[in-house]
Amino acid sequence: MPPLHAYLLLSAALFAIGLAGALTRRHAILVLVGIELMLNAANLNFIAFWRYGARPEALTGVLFAMFSIGIAAAEAAVGLALIIAVYRHFRTTTVNDVNELRG
Amino acid sequence: METAFYVLAAVTVAGAVAAMALPRLVHCTLCLAVAFVGLAGHFLLLGAEFVSFAQVLVYVGAVAILVVFAMLLTRSADAPPAWVVSRPGLLGVGVAVLVFGCLAATVAGSGLAGREAPPAPEVTVKALGERLMAEYVVPLEVVGLLLTAALIGAVILALEDRAKGGT
Repeated sequence: MPPLHAYLLLSAALFAIGLAGALTRRHAILVLVGIELMLNAANLNFIAFWRYGARPEALTGVLFAMFSIGIAAAEAAVGLALIIAVYRHFRTTTVNDVNELRG
Repeated sequence: METAFYVLAAVTVAGAVAAMALPRLVHCTLCLAVAFVGLAGHFLLLGAEFVSFAQVLVYVGAVAILVVFAMLLTRSADAPPAWVVSRPGLLGVGVAVLVFGCLAATVAGSGLAGREAPPAPEVTVKALGERLMAEYVVPLEVVGLLLTAALIGAVILALEDRAKGGT
């Protein structure tokens, strides 16, 4: 088995990549994709800490990761619906162009 | 095990970087699916088979497809490809590198470096189901309610506004 800190570093790298994407990309869908990557990095941490933790038979990490996946699915659905609504209103999905409060 | 970890880690990180850096949105979505599959492999390696399958079903199966549908509905696929070379773009990458540096320093200084895994626990779907139906039944119901509310909300948000004659 690889050591625990290898998983933690991988998860930190994924989080940083997602953060870089969410901060730099101009397209609303790609901002959402970056957020999904950050959520996945958190899931990897849940599972890694569960596997290397003191009482893995309690299954807490697995259940936490499953709830987290469910919440991420809800977040993706609402986020993409918002992007579609914004597109219908502004005719663009570039986040820099959506800068009016009253359309 | 070690080689499998490094191969999967390389696939995951490469997929994530490509998903965030490629100029065309369709390519980004495909690379995102690759990164999700790599993460599912990591979950398998760690012994959480059920989470791995849930990851494939929910992320590769549903979220990636949802992103493709959003792309289709907002006509983003034929948008001009955009590279990130602007000054605010570089600033964002700098912030992300800083965050990674802080996290990596914390992990290196946390004393977890030599931690070895305990013997693999038996994770059966039966055990998971029993936990979900006994101790975790309230969170399960709350997540179910949240998903229902989120999906109804998503439909209402994306519904065309016919009262105004449709914009």
